[in-house]
Amino acid sequence: MVEDPVEPARPVLEAPDIARVLTRITHEIVERAKGADDVVLLGIPTRGVHLADRLAARLAKITGRDIPVGSLDITMYRDDLRLGPARALARTEIPDEGVDGRLVVLVDDVLFSGRTIRAALDALGDIGRPRAVQLAVLVDRGHRQLPIRADYVGKNLPTSLRETVKVQLSEIDGRDCVLLGTAPGHGAA
Amino acid sequence: MSTTLIRGAQVLGGETRDVLIDGGLVAAVGTGLAADGAEVYEAAGQILLPGLVDLHTHLREPGREDSETVLTGTRAAALGGFTAVHAMANTFPVADTAGVVEQVWRLGRESGYCDVQPVGAVTVGLAGKQLAELGAMADSAAGVRVFSDDGKCVDDAVIMRRALEYVKAFDGVIAQHAQEPRLTEGAQMNEGVVSGELGLRGWPAVAEESVIARDVLLAAHVGSRVHVCHLSTAGSVEIVRWAKSKGWDVTAEVTPHHLLLTDELVRTYDPVYKVNPPLRTEADVLALREALADGTIDCVATDHAPHPHEDKDCEWAAAAMGMVGLETALSVVQHTMVDTGLLDWAGVADRMSFRPAAIGRLAGHGRPIAAGEPANLTLVDPAYRGVVNPAGFASRSRNTPYEGRELPGRVTATFLRGTATVRDGKLV
Amino acid sequence: MKRHLISAADLTHDDATLILDTAEELARIAGRSIKKLPTLRGRTVVNLFFEDSTRTRISFEAAAKRLSADVINFSAKGSSVSKGESLKDTALTLQAMGADAVVIRHPSSGAPHRLATSDWIGGSVVNAGDGTHEHPTQALLDAFTMRRHLAGGPGGGPTFHRGPGDGTGRDLAGRRITVVGDVLHSRVARSNVALLTTLGARVTLVAPPTLLPIGVEHWPCEVSYDLDRALAGCDAVMMLRVQSERMNAAFFPTEREYSRRYGLDGTRMAALPEHAIVMHPGPMNRGMEITAEVADSGRCTAVEQVANGVSVRMAVLYLLLGGNEPAVTTHRTEESK
Repeated sequence: MVEDPVEPARPVLEAPDIARVLTRITHEIVERAKGADDVVLLGIPTRGVHLADRLAARLAKITGRDIPVGSLDITMYRDDLRLGPARALARTEIPDEGVDGRLVVLVDDVLFSGRTIRAALDALGDIGRPRAVQLAVLVDRGHRQLPIRADYVGKNLPTSLRETVKVQLSEIDGRDCVLLGTAPGHGAA
Repeated sequence: MSTTLIRGAQVLGGETRDVLIDGGLVAAVGTGLAADGAEVYEAAGQILLPGLVDLHTHLREPGREDSETVLTGTRAAALGGFTAVHAMANTFPVADTAGVVEQVWRLGRESGYCDVQPVGAVTVGLAGKQLAELGAMADSAAGVRVFSDDGKCVDDAVIMRRALEYVKAFDGVIAQHAQEPRLTEGAQMNEGVVSGELGLRGWPAVAEESVIARDVLLAAHVGSRVHVCHLSTAGSVEIVRWAKSKGWDVTAEVTPHHLLLTDELVRTYDPVYKVNPPLRTEADVLALREALADGTIDCVATDHAPHPHEDKDCEWAAAAMGMVGLETALSVVQHTMVDTGLLDWAGVADRMSFRPAAIGRLAGHGRPIAAGEPANLTLVDPAYRGVVNPAGFASRSRNTPYEGRELPGRVTATFLRGTATVRDGKLV
Repeated sequence: MKRHLISAADLTHDDATLILDTAEELARIAGRSIKKLPTLRGRTVVNLFFEDSTRTRISFEAAAKRLSADVINFSAKGSSVSKGESLKDTALTLQAMGADAVVIRHPSSGAPHRLATSDWIGGSVVNAGDGTHEHPTQALLDAFTMRRHLAGGPGGGPTFHRGPGDGTGRDLAGRRITVVGDVLHSRVARSNVALLTTLGARVTLVAPPTLLPIGVEHWPCEVSYDLDRALAGCDAVMMLRVQSERMNAAFFPTEREYSRRYGLDGTRMAALPEHAIVMHPGPMNRGMEITAEVADSGRCTAVEQVANGVSVRMAVLYLLLGGNEPAVTTHRTEESK
């Protein structure tokens, strides 16, 4: 949950920083995936989808090929569904190529407890059998509660549990930045 | 027998008088009457009425003693201010022979709370085919004068005509439950806007009105008298008004619930509101009040219809029809007629005692409050305000639509031939 | 959303849109090799059917199973009272079994309402058709089907899909829907009038006067006795099932006369606008309210409606049972991570 910070949030990444780290991640994917021939990017709604789109555009520029990109909604796989009212679903859009035998790179904005990614892995398992699954995140803020790590990290951001990390993207929020703030309580996951 | 002095009551809501009761009769009505060792009821601010008479009560005994008995029903009647009730014939077995009506009559006598005047069935087994032995019931110890197949309509025009003619021999009256059966097959509630929305089979007003129209014409034709049970629609009022204007011997009753409740309540699907005839619209309610006020409708009758909890604790269509009413009738009448200015207390005495007793040819009830008359009396505190709590009912059943509703007025004492059946609002 | 789904009239515009949008997402599951979601694992859904309706029951059953709920089918055909067991006792039994939701079909109007407002059970009650009252999930699947074919474009313009499209986020503003047939006895018609009106559509009911309820003039729709006039300019026509037994109760003279005046045949279908669809809740009486030619034409969405029924019922069950309380539609909060 994104709470209104008690203190004004402080930008830790601005638009040029975000552009730079996305470009770096793109190159890392190409390098690690040996040309990214079979890469499928799946963004986790909401902001992960836009990050995945941006990565796909960059990958296309580098490789000269269209990179399959889609979205993977994890709502129905969450382990905290019964802690609140039923949630609205977001779109799952699997590219026509499917995921079987491919390298799926999951894309999300913030890696925190790892529970979202656990849910995403479960959701992915019901869709097909990728050759391998990797994870790209814009920010890793630590505090993992599950044995999950990211393969591509835009910025490692050490935080306390009292702090909030909010990613803003121009597609939704009108500007690109990552804000670090302080929440009245903590435990947001 | 000891003497009783009711001190300072407003007789029929009028002048303040003391009323002395002795030997089951009203001994004196005056001011400053001496107590002389009599038991004294201080009745300042209270209304003294003649004991109420109900033309339409279901006591369920014999046959459905799980919902009511003559004893529990008459205790409820006493609490409601009644000194005489007419027990409807739809028991098991049906009150269609002298034997059954005498049994019910005797059970009433034994209860000691309220006189029970049995109503005889018009047709054998309420089946509408063959006349019951009306004469035998009239000649029995019960002295039946009111005949009704209530719960069922005498829909065969020939049977109805014959019944009307036949009871002339002993000054009887046919009390018709006006419900055209084909128009009301499977009917669940008043047919109108609400039934259409709720998808409940409609019970059109015309099903009642067409039968009343036929019956007043038949009664006129054969020169007999007909009484319309639980009249519930504005159209029925018009027909009765027209019949009376012709000088025909037509009388009609209305229930307390039809004076207050409307079919909007059915939106709850709570079967406590399921009743026959069904709750109608606001326009009908207002027409019924007006008709009761102007005398087109002669009297209030409770149609007290007790049902065990399980018959109402179910889905609407499966539920039994009917509401208990004896213990709330006077409060509802005060609320809808007196407090609205439509009727004064003398009018209440007329509609709830004098006229029903006259229609039922009931001797000893519905008499003026005067020296030498039988001391059947009801004392009412009109200032009382209370919330209806069925847990306190004397009736064996609890199917009241008024639970939790605040209603005015309270019967503080009832006297049956000089003996208190209710004192301080409690059964004696 | 409320805790129970008893009447389509209980759904706000936001509620209805959320259900339809959710159904749109869940419809995609049907195209996957694993048509199952773990979401309602450990929840128990009871199908309590007091009336035979294999179609509706298996639709709810498929919906619950695709969400991994445990499903108990409780068939109590005929009046429960005639079997000596009351609705209340049945409900108490289900409560003891730990039902999280009871999907109830009952011949008596108001039975689901009664179940929901009684203290007999604690779970959610979903009305799967009560008497001649309502059938809200049928209306939802009808609206879902219409939206896929008829919903306006993002700018609100009149976009019509040739095949089923994606109506996510849209409503039926300005669409004209004609519902034809036995409105008097139809729970489908009552629910549709309420829901389609909420979604902005203009509904016209067409029936012989005998098959329209008293008071229908107070409903938020138009009423006509003339099918041909009502067909011109409508975007969807929904044919209601007409039972031939009604003939015996003199609601209409003969089946032939009914189908001549109120049945949809090829000629009448040709009078519809090109984009208009023909709907039927099923089962169809071919030759009565609809001819085989129309029923088998590409414009008839009857089979599509059945498929959409599962998606819509999944959405309803998920939104009622997926969280610790039904979905909130007034303040939609941003997704948390």
